[in-house]
Amino acid sequence: MYKYDQYDQAMVDARVEEFRDQVRRRLEGHLSEEAFRPLRLMNGLYLQLHAYMLRVAIPYGTLSGAQMRMLGHIADKYDRGYGHFTTRQNIQYNWIKLEEAPDILADLASVEMHAIQTSGNCIRNTTSDQYAGAAADELVDPRPYAELIRQWSTFHPEFSFLPRKFKMAVIASDTDRAAMRLHDIGIQIVRNAAGDLGAAFYVGGGMGRTPMIAPCINSFVPLDQFITYAEACLRVYNRHGRRDNKYKARIKILVHELGKDEYTRQVEAEFAHLLTQNIEPPTAELERIKAQFVDPPFETGLSDEIDRSDPDFALWVDNNTVAHKAPGYAVAVISLKPVGAIPGDASGDQIRVMADLAERYSFDELRVTHAQNIVLPHVRKADLYALWQVLDANGLATANLDQIGDIIACPGLDYCTLANARSIPIAQKISERMAAREQEIGELKLKISGCINACGHHHAGHIGILGVDRKGIENYQLLLGGSEGADCSLGTITGPGFDESGIVDAVERVTNRYLSERQQGERFLDTYRRIGMAPFKEAIYG
Amino acid sequence: MVDVQYRFRSDEPVADPAVTVDSFGEQTNAAAVRIEPGDDARDLLPFLDRLQLVEVNFPVFGDGRGYSAARILREAGYQGELRAVGDVLVDQIAYMRRCGFDAFAPDVPLEPADAEAAWNRYGDVYQPTVDGRSAIWAKRHG
Repeated sequence: MYKYDQYDQAMVDARVEEFRDQVRRRLEGHLSEEAFRPLRLMNGLYLQLHAYMLRVAIPYGTLSGAQMRMLGHIADKYDRGYGHFTTRQNIQYNWIKLEEAPDILADLASVEMHAIQTSGNCIRNTTSDQYAGAAADELVDPRPYAELIRQWSTFHPEFSFLPRKFKMAVIASDTDRAAMRLHDIGIQIVRNAAGDLGAAFYVGGGMGRTPMIAPCINSFVPLDQFITYAEACLRVYNRHGRRDNKYKARIKILVHELGKDEYTRQVEAEFAHLLTQNIEPPTAELERIKAQFVDPPFETGLSDEIDRSDPDFALWVDNNTVAHKAPGYAVAVISLKPVGAIPGDASGDQIRVMADLAERYSFDELRVTHAQNIVLPHVRKADLYALWQVLDANGLATANLDQIGDIIACPGLDYCTLANARSIPIAQKISERMAAREQEIGELKLKISGCINACGHHHAGHIGILGVDRKGIENYQLLLGGSEGADCSLGTITGPGFDESGIVDAVERVTNRYLSERQQGERFLDTYRRIGMAPFKEAIYG
Repeated sequence: MVDVQYRFRSDEPVADPAVTVDSFGEQTNAAAVRIEPGDDARDLLPFLDRLQLVEVNFPVFGDGRGYSAARILREAGYQGELRAVGDVLVDQIAYMRRCGFDAFAPDVPLEPADAEAAWNRYGDVYQPTVDGRSAIWAKRHG
């Protein structure tokens, strides 16, 4: 894992003092709320329906046990005993007092964490593959590149007042587990025919009200130029992205309106110029960072056998563990989606339990996934049963990874000022309704957004649900056929929307039709792609 | 005309009024120009030798195009005064200096103590720009 040196630490310490000063000016009445708003937003502090919300950055979703424990401490000391893990691999606290926010930032800084650029029209926290460094199928660990981007993008003087927010993701395997092509910039680390590593740039993806899958604008940028290339992508966007309409201000609109070829031409011209400016960190810096992401000392000669005599444990192993690159190890996924619960929520106690387990069983490492779950990346198979018993005793052993109960949901109208409809109660009702048949249904990714901004990734759900406001009444549209993976696709709306109980019934009818139509080995998405929308429409609307 | 509150240069300020980018190319004796957010700073590159003052207007602080305009001019070798005017706030001025601005004429004058704190808040920076400061990576591998 990356460790701060004195420069990184000084940066977050200075930020704490800056924000403390800003809050003091606000509380003493020297700053109006209007003037304070952009300042607090640069620190991830939102004013929501009931209280302030603080969003804490978890760069590329990677955490140590000590960092995780601090997140539990913050939940208990400053919130109401809960934290909410988000689709951007971050954590949010929904019940924050303004006067305590500087102390929270100071607590975070004590474990090399911060809330820098978790909101505002700037480059946000960079996300990555939650199985990085553990996955059997990756080319290299993508996180050193994400860390280099974190540093480059932190307080970038030219790109802190972009037309709109800007999200980047970095992956290094063909199986895309980070929805890479649904980001403003998605980077895939690739190897070319000559055997060299480089960065493939996908620019102009995103969800929101105009979902777009990013096109590849350069399939191989040499790694000793990739920060410069990113700078060129951003400069063209900063200069030419639309600022007349916030709904058309994301880079996807610029790329779409200019056309991929013209946008690429402008980027390449800017890139050629910027190469003369010597802004690229030296290879030695990338090597310094890489050295902090070396494999933990995996034991050799371990057995791959798992004692499956406890059927509940066996089910959890089947559903919630993933192949690891080292023999005798597994990636264990902790579902934060127990039946009927709020997706992504964990109590302070649960957060501490996960911190302890990471230290004991996973080389002191955890990951947050964009699906709002927690990963212990490096667990000996021989330890899985002991691990599972602790998880089970703490309500953390739900065996539903990537199943219909493993729902992604935004906070919705229960918390968010932008929302048109509630998301959480819909997720809870679907989870309860479908729980008994979850195993029979198999992989089915269901995603719920409470408004068109799509924080709940509804466009990319195998089943997506979008809450809208229809004449003052919450109404839910149903989408089918989205996917965020390497086979990225956007869902299609089935037809007229539903009320709260109607949407739950509609989801059940869709899954029933899938079960009656599916052929051997087909996931829901496969069946949908084979038979199309018509049979599902018939099942829903009769 | 709003007063210049901060100026980090020792040469004499230019007295000429700043003209628009459109008219600048035709006025062969003009030495001062004002860039609006939609203007292309690169239109000025053929005339850098006679330019002594470039004002970059920020009608609203959130329109960040002026940061790119400033860097583009400095990257092209512009040595004259680069003045930020308009909705220039205390929490933006450190970014502006890093992009090459060396004079500030905010619509609302800045609180001197706050401005002083803002210039000096961050001892080191992650990116090399045009302000001559070494990036942290350069110090790490000095």
